[in-house]
Amino acid sequence: MPPVTEAVPAFGDGLMGEPDRTGRFGPYGGRFVPESLMPALQELEAAFRDAWADASFHAELDELLHSYAGRPSPLTECHRLSEHLGCRVLLKREDLNHTGSHKINNVLGQALLARRMGKTRLLAETGAGQHGVATATAAALFGMDCLVYMGEVDMARQELNVFRMRLLGAEVAPASSGSRTLKDAVNEAMRDWVATVETSHYCLGSVMGPHPYPWMVRELHRVIGDEARAQCDQLLGGPPDVVVACVGGGSNAAGIFSGFADVPGVELVGVEPVGGAAIGGGTPGIVHGMHSYLKQDEFGQVVEAQSISAGLDYPGVGPEHSHLADMGRARYEPVADEEVVEAFVLLSRTEGIIPALESAHALAWVMRARAELAGRSVLVNLSGRGDKDVAQMMDVLADRL
Amino acid sequence: MSDVVVRPDGEPALPLETARPLETALRSQRARGGKCLVPYLTGGLFTGADGDWTDVLGSVAAAGADAVEVGIPFSDPVMDGPVIQEASELALADGANPPGVLDALASCDAGVPLAVMTYVNLVHRFGYERFAAELRRSGVAAAILPDVPLEESGPWCDAADAAGVETVMLAAPTASEERLGRIVVRSRGFVYAVGLMGVTGERDALASSAKVIAGRLKALTDLPVLVGVGISTPEQAVEVCEVADGVVVGSALVRRVLETRSQDAAAELVASFRAAIDRG
Repeated sequence: MPPVTEAVPAFGDGLMGEPDRTGRFGPYGGRFVPESLMPALQELEAAFRDAWADASFHAELDELLHSYAGRPSPLTECHRLSEHLGCRVLLKREDLNHTGSHKINNVLGQALLARRMGKTRLLAETGAGQHGVATATAAALFGMDCLVYMGEVDMARQELNVFRMRLLGAEVAPASSGSRTLKDAVNEAMRDWVATVETSHYCLGSVMGPHPYPWMVRELHRVIGDEARAQCDQLLGGPPDVVVACVGGGSNAAGIFSGFADVPGVELVGVEPVGGAAIGGGTPGIVHGMHSYLKQDEFGQVVEAQSISAGLDYPGVGPEHSHLADMGRARYEPVADEEVVEAFVLLSRTEGIIPALESAHALAWVMRARAELAGRSVLVNLSGRGDKDVAQMMDVLADRL
Repeated sequence: MSDVVVRPDGEPALPLETARPLETALRSQRARGGKCLVPYLTGGLFTGADGDWTDVLGSVAAAGADAVEVGIPFSDPVMDGPVIQEASELALADGANPPGVLDALASCDAGVPLAVMTYVNLVHRFGYERFAAELRRSGVAAAILPDVPLEESGPWCDAADAAGVETVMLAAPTASEERLGRIVVRSRGFVYAVGLMGVTGERDALASSAKVIAGRLKALTDLPVLVGVGISTPEQAVEVCEVADGVVVGSALVRRVLETRSQDAAAELVASFRAAIDRG
């Protein structure tokens, strides 16, 4: 039974617009947090509404996205890969952003907001380290303190990003409880925030957590979808047939989907790791402040996710994705680690682009669904670059290369 | 005693002792001029080690508790610090689950009212109505859900009210007076004043925020106001009870249980808190 509270009509602009006043997309979302954090969430929502309606905030953010992060990111048509797969593959090149992934879009927005709110310290959780690196980067840029929680398991498999964060001046603290991955890093970040809420802004890295994060983070990534929509108009003369993105918490997917959700006929496909498929293998539950699909056992204990990619190793999913899935507006497909490895190699070999393991999930689904996609145009959000994964893949691919 | 409850939320007046056993027990202690002591134990911890975990519960209750708070362990306890996290992980590894903890509570007679503390996903998974009915069936008076703030409390509180389960609300130092006012109206049993900004765990000294939040709440409600989070020693309990009606003691007791696995050692710690706050 979903804990729907009052029936409040959405006061936004419909599909992928604003959540209702309780922070819900359909029945999903909400603010299930310790009482100590409620005033901070209310303050954050008010500050974001104020900033998002302020032209000077947008001007400053747009300037940073352009001159610092390198936006707009290009749209790349993959001629050799398309020939290989039999469909027309386009990549939205978020891997070319500063820090190597889409995460910088969200972080620059939240860091500006934190400064506007008078906060001097950024807190973050990270899985693969991409969000942590982006947050450490923004903290360096704005002269703020930064503490990033990262699961012990992830710190070992993403050593390079741990070093990058420390080089950028951030402190990296291990999350050593539970599965010692992304879920536990979120727990530690929330525990820290409960104690430091007056000076710290929790720079949450995905479209998850309590309201207003799922909505705010999607709005900060909307630029991906808006740019891609215009770029597709130019290249294809209209929207693509299918838009594909990987989904852990779901931020890069939410960003690119938001540019196409209101276009009838554009298929939206979110790709989950089979070992962390909240929508594909979970049931609605409540953790990390939100009501959403969740991998859990019969008693409601959260089940540990398993994925080759630290960034998708998460048992939950952002609440708006749960809503899009229930509505049938997007579908969510699981792929296995072995398929991801094949996609990682294929894109490297056909296009000279080494994708992040996260982004390789989206490509893995395109490879598998090639028959269904034959002759159609497919826009894939290449959310990050694979440099961070090379050390890990040296072991996986040792016998083949 | 024959107090009746008349409340600003317009609930019908009921004989207190039948409707609200937790509130009744705490009010009785206060009416005698005493302070309330509510120890916390993690349910299912060391099941089958040296006897059942409910033996520890019984000893703790008999050592001077006015009520006992029992945690049902959850995989992701965001309001808890390292000690209760460790206890939760151990209990889960021992196979603790909500029906098991509630069955154990149903078959033990602690002699004082019991409050269950757990996280909302376990309750949601069980079903709100069913969980409230199970608490009632198990003889549990009250529930505390630290990740259900006022705004999300409606569906659970409706189910709990209907089943006759008291829902204790938490009140934090960051809340405005207006918000505290709404929290005390919604709270049953007692108001759980969060003593500091942070998660559960022991601290070297009583946070200055503890007496402040207790005082702010006392000015707003006649319900017992108990301070929890960061009450680590009998001395700190005495200090906060200069303002508060009592204390919740969690991590200090759970650490004692983790370290000694002894119901006598647990009871001894609770007795030391009892003696200290009785001396004042």
